Amino acid sequence: MSAAPHRRVSTTRLVVVGLAVCAVLAGVVSAWASSNPDGLEYVAESLGFLDSARDHGSAGSPFADYGTAGVDDARLSGGLAGLVGIAVVAVVAFGLMHLLRRRSNDDD
Amino acid sequence: MHVPDGFLNAPTSVATSVVAAGAVGLALSRARRELDDRTAPLAGLVAVFVFAAQMLNFPVGAGTSGHLLGGALAAVLVGPWTATLCLTVVLAVQSLLFADGGITALGTNVVLMAVVGVWTGWLVFVGLRRLVRSAGVRAVPALAGVAAVVSVPVAALTFTALYAVGGHAPIPLGELAAAMLGWHTVIGLGEGVITFLAVGSIIATRPDLVHGARGLTAARELEIRTGVPA
Repeated sequence: MSAAPHRRVSTTRLVVVGLAVCAVLAGVVSAWASSNPDGLEYVAESLGFLDSARDHGSAGSPFADYGTAGVDDARLSGGLAGLVGIAVVAVVAFGLMHLLRRRSNDDD
Repeated sequence: MHVPDGFLNAPTSVATSVVAAGAVGLALSRARRELDDRTAPLAGLVAVFVFAAQMLNFPVGAGTSGHLLGGALAAVLVGPWTATLCLTVVLAVQSLLFADGGITALGTNVVLMAVVGVWTGWLVFVGLRRLVRSAGVRAVPALAGVAAVVSVPVAALTFTALYAVGGHAPIPLGELAAAMLGWHTVIGLGEGVITFLAVGSIIATRPDLVHGARGLTAARELEIRTGVPA
């Protein structure tokens, strides 16, 4: 490939930097996220239908409610859960998009 | 806006699951048009970013918080069909692994965020882009931000409509609509800011990858490529 007139960020570099940013957001910054109920939960509570929510089918998951079972430190527990989530979403999403993409030599 | 199990009755949850399955099935075939060797990695990254950003609840006052839905952001960056898939992957992982959003409510959450959020965002974006076409690629982040602002209250109203059909508890609908709309308009402003910044950062580095900027990309210098088969 010839030298482009101005250097642009390669896709690989973009993805690596992007994933690193996401890992910091989910693994570290998430400890400072607001723990107040979100809009829907708040509305459900104030109008009195929050109680109709049933226990979650995945409540027994080791990462239920963005914590890591067996890790006592709240920041570590939440950060680990965030990193696990990043990894799982990455594997599924990158894999799915890779399978679905048109190859450059496809005739469509 | 993750709906837990039990808010909506079984028939409504079945109905939203059927709609969600249909939408995801269609997206699986249509997303091929949006994805190629260059854009597929960005689509993976968008899904990961939406997951990370959804962990970051920001306060919106009075003991309430909100987080990014990411529909408009994903649609503008990778195209609406691919965005539907990105959001669906995120919602499925959240429900199954993190107990966030009910399992029987997964269809409802896909409809609200992966269908209504994504497509409202995309259609508003496309409409605005038509109005200010001459502004070119530089306008894309701001247009995406505005589309994002609109998408959140529309998704909130869709929940209200679903609740009117199949809500488990009898709630005055006017009150529900007003409360959902009020809070989610404020949350929508946060959605707009995050979308503006995220789309802006990709426009600044790789505008050629941004689906919503196709056909707008301004004055890119021609490159001489070698080794490209004729």
